Amino acid sequence: MTFPSPGDKQSLTMAVEPEAGKRRLSTAKAMQEAITQRMERDESVFVMGEDIGSYGGIFSSTTGLLERFGSERVRDTPISESAFIGLGIGAAVEGMRPIVELMFADFFGVCMDQIYNHMAKIHYESGGNVRVPMVLMMAAGGGYSDGAQHSQCLWGTFAHLPGMKVVVPSNPYDAKGLMTAAIDSDDPVVFVFHKGVMGLGWMAKNDRAIGAVPEEEYIVPIGKARVAREGTDVTIVTLSLSVHHSLDVAEKVQSEGISVEVIDLRSLVPLDREAIVASVSKTGRLIVVDEDYQSFGLSGEIIAVVAEHDPSLLKKVSRVCVPDVPIPYARELEYAVLPTRARIEAAVRDAVAT
Amino acid sequence: MTLPTTQTLTDAARRDLLSTMVLIRTYEEAIRAAYYADKKPAFDIGAGLVPGEMHLSAGQEPVAAGICAHLSAEDAITATHRPHHLAIAHGVGLRPMTAEIFGRETGLGRGRGGHMHLFDPSTHFSCSGIIAEGLPPALGQAFAFQRQGNARVAVAVTGEGAANQGAFHESLNLAALWQLPVVIVVEDNDWGISVPRSQSTSIASNADRAAAYGMPGVRVEGNSVEAVYEAAGEAIARARSGGGPSLIEVHTLRLWGHFEGDAEGYRPDLDTVPEHDPIPIYRDRLLETGVLTDGQYEAMQSSAGERVEDAIDFAKGSPTPDPLGHLSYVFSEGANS
Repeated sequence: MTFPSPGDKQSLTMAVEPEAGKRRLSTAKAMQEAITQRMERDESVFVMGEDIGSYGGIFSSTTGLLERFGSERVRDTPISESAFIGLGIGAAVEGMRPIVELMFADFFGVCMDQIYNHMAKIHYESGGNVRVPMVLMMAAGGGYSDGAQHSQCLWGTFAHLPGMKVVVPSNPYDAKGLMTAAIDSDDPVVFVFHKGVMGLGWMAKNDRAIGAVPEEEYIVPIGKARVAREGTDVTIVTLSLSVHHSLDVAEKVQSEGISVEVIDLRSLVPLDREAIVASVSKTGRLIVVDEDYQSFGLSGEIIAVVAEHDPSLLKKVSRVCVPDVPIPYARELEYAVLPTRARIEAAVRDAVAT
Repeated sequence: MTLPTTQTLTDAARRDLLSTMVLIRTYEEAIRAAYYADKKPAFDIGAGLVPGEMHLSAGQEPVAAGICAHLSAEDAITATHRPHHLAIAHGVGLRPMTAEIFGRETGLGRGRGGHMHLFDPSTHFSCSGIIAEGLPPALGQAFAFQRQGNARVAVAVTGEGAANQGAFHESLNLAALWQLPVVIVVEDNDWGISVPRSQSTSIASNADRAAAYGMPGVRVEGNSVEAVYEAAGEAIARARSGGGPSLIEVHTLRLWGHFEGDAEGYRPDLDTVPEHDPIPIYRDRLLETGVLTDGQYEAMQSSAGERVEDAIDFAKGSPTPDPLGHLSYVFSEGANS
C-alpha cells in the first residue's frame, strides 16, 4: 500500500448546484457519500471515533462505512478523546488523511490540548515543514432538551484559536462539497454539523435538511460564503441551522414588503469578509444570527468586520444569539435562549422600523 | 576485568554510546553558555541570543543514547519540553536545531517553534511542551507505520510527572488495544519541577502500570546507558516484529535545574548530584576495562566540540526572521482567518 504525498491534490472539479427535482439526500447521507467517495479513491483516508462503526455515528455521519470498508479503515475507539484525536494527528503527520469524530462539540473539554496545542499549531511551529491534513468532525447544537453539556455550538471557540479551518454546513449540498474539500485540505479542518440539519428521523428537522445532491464528487471551496437569499432592506449573516430559521422569516415578511438578504457563512475560518461587507453595503442593516454564545464570539466579530471596514455603513445592528447562560434543559427555557424564528422576526422588524 | 560482549553491544558500540553522550553534554554546555552570555548583570528570561525558558538535559544522556542506538531516521520519536538529548541522539541536524533555538530563519521551524517545539520531518522527530501530550501523536505515527505494513516504530518519551496525566493512561490503553508498534519511555528524573516523585506518584515504579494495560513494563535503575540499551533493544525489537507496545521507565538524573535560572532551593541532594553524573562514571568504567583509551576519549570530546561550535556559529550567523513574515505558515494554503 502506498499513500499519496500530502501535497497531491485530488480532483478539484466544482459541480454546479443541482437542478430542482434531482436526487435528494439528507445532510447525513451527503456527508457519508463524500467520505465514501474519497475513501474509495484514497487508501490514506480512514475514519475513527466513538460509535462510528456498526452504530454508524450517533448522528449518522458514518452510516454504512464499516460495512463498505471494514474495521481497519473504520475504527471504533475507546472513550479516550485525547488519545485518538492525538493518534489522528500523528497519522496525518505521517501521510494519512484521518477523519476523526468527536461525538459532541461539548466534549472538547477532555481533549482540547490535542486540538489547539497540537493539531492546530504543528504546521506553524514547524515553519510549514510538517502538515496535518486531518478532519475533526463533531455534532453541535440544541433544541431537543439535551441539557447544558450536550447542546452547545462552540464553533466560535475553535475559530478563535489559530491554525484550524472551521467549516459549518447548513444543507446537504454544502455538506458533501465541504466534506470533500475538508478531506482534500492539507490543513486541519474542524467540521461542525448541527444535529438539526442532518435530516435525522428521530429529531425535529427543517424542510431543507433533505435536498438535491449531485452523485459525482465535487468541492465547495472552504472560505466562500453563500447568498442563501437575496434582499435589499436588511442583511442577516448566519450559519448552520439558523440559516433555515432566517430563510423562513425572510419568506414570511416578504409579503409585507420587507426584503431580507440571508448570508450563509459556510465557514468561520477562513471568514468571507467580502461577502459580509458587500451585503451590508447594499442594505445598511445587519443582524447576526448565531446559536453560539453571544459575548466574545462570532456575532461580535461579524459586526467588527463591518465596523472596521466602514462604520458609516451601519444604520442598524443587532444580534440574535444564545445569551450568556448554559443551555437550559426544560423546553420552555431552552427555546427562550435559542435563536428562534420569533426572535429573528422581531429583530428584522426592529431593524427596518428605523 | 573485561565487559561482556553481547551480539550487539561490542566495545565499539560502547564507545559509540559514550560518544553520543559526550556530544549531548557538549551541546547542552554550549547552549547554557550562550543562554547566559548576554543575560548579565540582571537575569532577564526574554533577553539575549537565546531567549525564553531553557530546559537542558544534562544527566539524562543515557536515556537518549541507549534508545536511539536502536533507531534509524525512518523511525519516529517524540520528546518533551526537555528534548535536546533525544534530538541529538536521533540524528536531528545540529545546525537547523541550533538555529531554531536561537530563533533564526534557518531553524527547523523558521524561528516559529523554539526549543520546546522542534520538528524534523527528515528524522520523524518532534516534541511537545505539554506534559504527556506527546504520546497520542506518537501512537498515530505508529498507527501509520502499522497500516503501511513496514517495520518502523515510534518511541514516545515523557517524564515521570506525565505518568499521572490522563493522556498517558489513555495512550497506554489504546496502544495495547491496537497492538501499535510504539515504545513508551518514562524518564524518571525524580523531580516534577520542584515536586519530588514521592509527593506525586502513588507507586514506586511506573513500569508496574504497564501491567494494567496488558503490556510489558520494565524499570531501569542506575541511569546506566547499557541497561537502557538492553531494555530498549528488547522493546523496540518486539514492536518491530509486531509484538505490540512496551513501557520502559528509566531512573535517570536531572543534573541541572528544571530550567536555566532555577536555583533549586527545594532540592536537598544538590551537593551530591555531581557525583552521580553518568558521563564520568561510564567513561571511567570503559577506561578501566580497556574498552576506551584516553586518546579515544579526547578525540570524542574534540569531535563533539567541533560539531557543536559549527552549529552555534551557523545559528549566530543566520538571519533572524523578517517580522513581516509573522503571519506565514498558519496554514499551508489560503488565508489565515
